[in-house]
This record gives sequence, structure tokens and C-alpha cells, in this order.
Amino acid sequence: METLLAVTVGILIGAAVYLMLARNVMRFIFGLVLISNAANLIIFTAGRLTPGAPPLIPEGADAPADVVANALPQALVLTAIVIGFGLFAFALVLVFRAYATLGTLESDRMRVAEPDEGAAP
Amino acid sequence: MSWILALPIAVPFATAVLAFLARHSAAGRWLSVAGNAALLVAAVLLMGTVWNEGVIAAQMGGWPAPFGITLVADLLSGVMVLITAITGLAVSVYALGDINERKEYLGYHALFNVLIAGVCGAFLTGDLFNLYVWFEVMLIASFGLLILGGKPEQIDGGIKYVTLNLVSTILFLSGIGLLYGMTGTLNMADLAQAVDGVENQGLLTVVAMTFMIAFGVKAAVFPLFFWLPAAYHTPAFSVSAVFAGLLTKVGVYALIRMFTLIFDHDTGFTHTILLWVAAFTMVTGVLGAAAQSDFRKILSFHIVSQIGYMILGLALYTPMALVGAVFYLVHHIVVKANLFLIAGVSQRITGGSDVYRIGGLYKSAPLLAVLFIIPAFSLAGFPPLSGFWAKYIIVKAALEAQGWLIAGIALAVGLMTIYSMTKIWAEAFWKAHPDGRQPRLTDMPQAHRRPMLLAIGGLATLTVIIGLVPEPFVQFAERAAAQLLDPAAYVAAVLGDPG
Repeated sequence: METLLAVTVGILIGAAVYLMLARNVMRFIFGLVLISNAANLIIFTAGRLTPGAPPLIPEGADAPADVVANALPQALVLTAIVIGFGLFAFALVLVFRAYATLGTLESDRMRVAEPDEGAAP
Repeated sequence: MSWILALPIAVPFATAVLAFLARHSAAGRWLSVAGNAALLVAAVLLMGTVWNEGVIAAQMGGWPAPFGITLVADLLSGVMVLITAITGLAVSVYALGDINERKEYLGYHALFNVLIAGVCGAFLTGDLFNLYVWFEVMLIASFGLLILGGKPEQIDGGIKYVTLNLVSTILFLSGIGLLYGMTGTLNMADLAQAVDGVENQGLLTVVAMTFMIAFGVKAAVFPLFFWLPAAYHTPAFSVSAVFAGLLTKVGVYALIRMFTLIFDHDTGFTHTILLWVAAFTMVTGVLGAAAQSDFRKILSFHIVSQIGYMILGLALYTPMALVGAVFYLVHHIVVKANLFLIAGVSQRITGGSDVYRIGGLYKSAPLLAVLFIIPAFSLAGFPPLSGFWAKYIIVKAALEAQGWLIAGIALAVGLMTIYSMTKIWAEAFWKAHPDGRQPRLTDMPQAHRRPMLLAIGGLATLTVIIGLVPEPFVQFAERAAAQLLDPAAYVAAVLGDPG
């Protein structure tokens, strides 16, 4: 199971890097979404996988009776997903606004902030 | 005790909420000033406590470390919070004149105070995942501030800033996951002990490099700095000033914290890389600045260059070098924020930001010229200003570590910094304005002029004080560096006495 998830993470990162190398900013954002999911899977896998054992404590006991899944990585992933969602919503709106303002999403042509000045006077 | 640690985070958050509610009226800007003044009081209290009692820690929510989230302050955290409060106060005063009503309505003051809260949180947290959360708080507030107003340059710079910072965030998150997988803890003090028990130390170095790259992007070191000069010259001047002063320094702080507390297992490898990074950062930054003509772009490249000196202090990893790094951090935040504030006044009265197209400031606005000279010469390292002592300690540490080449580079970069500052001086201040304008400070309405000059004058005074009486500051930095090199007190404060 760990191997499968590790390979999945590898594939996701590979695809994400490919997308992020594109000149189109929209593709870059898609790459970011993929790689952030890969990061979430890394946390999840690194926290050890314990299938079929939810971290539940029986009534009246102080601690789980048997070996159960680690709940902390899941909490971390959940937090990361929520934060990531907010950031990507922002990034998408920003890209939309950039297209409306600058009229292009080709990163080579987005030179308003850093114009190609040539020789300084 | 815990309220002293929580206050520097709670005060700006509360200010942000109030300022947001009051964004329709002039009350918002005064709330921001009052909130930052309150933060300064809280920071002084915190600093005093840490100075007298050593490292203090508090467990949030009553969960004992390493299970709960810990807030912890040693001298480095304390001084960073204090300098954040000083910068926050200066910039919020400056914003009284700089930020127009439209930007206030869009929520400038709320975002600004959330940013300050995020910065303070990052300095105070003792938990790695919590550090990630504070980075995100800081990031989202900075995104908002950066594009507030929505000029095309801002959107363009914003895209580069947002995307590259998100990549760094994701690397940071992956690093956290891998480190947790190896050690089973995220509490930084607990990690400091747990990393010794990791079987595969080589793998630990790999994770250390992930963190180095993630924080390297935030700190804008070579070769990861490109987002900074693309974005920092586009937003409002108050925004650039607080970014320039604080944001990259959070990255530097995180590097210092991680590579003294946790990743000190293979300093021969990691700190050698940092040493080269520092050298290239210093040189590319200063060369980049030499090619620029926009006031703020020159200053932006100098942020990169100066970051190199701080990383150099960390990379040498001797007591004196860390003293230099801490001293440099404090000096740099004050000076750099101030230079951006001055750039704002210069643009207001000369009507431009390209130094070749403005001029005449020395003749018709001599006060501004004096106020510029202080941080500019401090940045370049002229005695007796604060930058001289900062550079002196770092270079001396490099010589003592027999790093002749790196010491030479640091000195040469200092010399080239003078070149850039002289360029701004000769073009913007000394030569006559090409349009024949006489830029005067009185061109600005009094209600704008007074707060802006007050903020600049305050920070300049601080620079002069650090320069003229460096002794207490150096002693302070010595104690802070000693704490960094011997994290026993830090670990004991967080985890309780090692029984």
C-alpha cells in the first residue's frame, strides 16, 4: 500500500512539474493543484498506513484497545486541504484578473512589471 | 505567563477585525496605529520577560508538549517580535498619509494587521506545522496587500509572487510530512532531540535540503529570489516597506531556527551549501541592483544582496557569526523599511520613480536628503551607522573562520552597495530635476507630510542610535546567539526539565 501511494505521489509530482514548466499560467496553476495534492499524500503516507482500524476509543476506556490509525496526519492533511483550497481560489481569481487586465496568460509576454528596457540611458 | 506569548498575535488580529469593521471611516487608520502601538507595548513586555527569565514557553489549549501547539520565545524570537512591532507602528503611521480612502475601503488596514499577526505568529510558534499555518496567514494577507488597487503592474508582479510562493509552501509542507514520517513529532524542541535517533542520517539531510529550498524561496536567496524584484516595486509604498522589512526576514528566521535547532547533524554539508548560497546571493543581488534605474527596484535587489550577509552569518556557524546574523537582521529590517518609505515620499514630490527622470531633492527638500543619507549609508556600511557594525561583525567572523574568499566577497559587495546608493543620491537628490521641477516637501498636504516624515524620522533615529551605541545591541545579540548554539534551554523550556 505504501509503495502504491509512493508511486502515485511520484507520478503526481512528475505531471505537476511538467505542467508547471509550461508558459501558460493557467497550466502552472493546474500543476500547483496537482503538486499540492501530492504533498498531502506524502503527509498521509509518512504518517504510516493502518487500514481498517479507525482511531476510536471504546466507551468507558481511556485509550484505544488495539493498534489504530494515526489521526494526526489526517488532521494535518485536512488543514492543508482547507488552506490550499483558499489559496487556489485566490490564485484562480488572480489569473482571471490577469487575463482581463493584461490580455494574455503567456508568462513570456507578462512584462508589465518588468519591462524589457534594453540599454539604460 | 501564556498571555504574554499570545498577546503579540492576539493584538494585531483584534486590530484587524476592528479595522475591517471601521473601513468606511477614518477611524480604521487610527485603530491600526493604536493597535500597533499596543503591539509594541506587548512586544516590550515579552522582550523584558525573556531577557530576565530566559526562554519562556506556553502550551495552547492545555495540551502538554509535544502533543499540543507550543508558543515559545527565546531572545531571537523576542527581538524579532519587537522589531516587527516597531516596523508595524512606523508603517501604520506612514500609512496615514500614504494610503488613500479607496484602499482603506478595500480593507488595507485589516490585511496589514493580519500580516503583522502572521509574522509574529511565525516568530513565536514552537511547532512546525503551526509555522506552516502562520506562513499561510502571512501569505494570504500579503497577496491581498500586493494587488490592492489592481494596477496592471501589480497584477503582473502578483502572479509571479503568488505562484512562486505557493511552490515554496508546498515544498515546506512535503518536508513537514517527510520529517514527521521519520521522527513522529512536529514540536520543534522535540524534533531537536528526535532527529538524533533517526537511523538514516542521509535521508535526514535530504529533508533538510527540502526545508532549505522552501525557506530559501521565502528568504529570496540565490537562485530562488526572482519573485522579489518582480513584485516589490508594484504595490503601495507602505506595503513595499513592510514586505521589504519583514517578509523575507521571516524566511531567514526560519532558516536560522531550523538549521541551528534541528538540522545541525551534518553542518559540513548543509552549512557549506548555505555558505555558497550566501556568496552568490550577495553578489547577484548587488549586481542586479547596479543594472536597475527604478528607485524601488534598486532597493529590492539590495534586499536580496543583504539577505546574503544574514545567511553568511548562519553558514559560518560560529558564535560570532551568529551574533552578526542576529545584529544584521535587526539593523536590516529598520533600514530597509525606511528606505522604501523614503522612496514613497520621493515619488510623491518628484512625480516619478525612475531615478534618471527625477532629481533636485537635495536642493529643495534637504530634510529628505538627510533622512535618506542615514539609512542609505547604513545599508552600505558606513561608520558610525548600524550597518557598519553589522558588516564588521560578519566579516570579522568570516576572517576568524579563515574564510578569506567569503570575507573578501562580503567587503566587495559592501563597496558595490555604495555604488548603488551613490547612484540614487547623484540622480534623485543631487542633479536638477530634468523637467525643471522644484520638488518640495510642502507640495504634500500637511496631513500627509507629518505622519510620513514622522515614521521616516523615527526609524532613522533608531538607525543612528544602534550605530552610536552598539554595545548593548551587540551584547544582546551575543546572548541570543549563545541560546541558538546551545538549544538546551529552549528544549527544557518547551518540554519541561529533562528528568
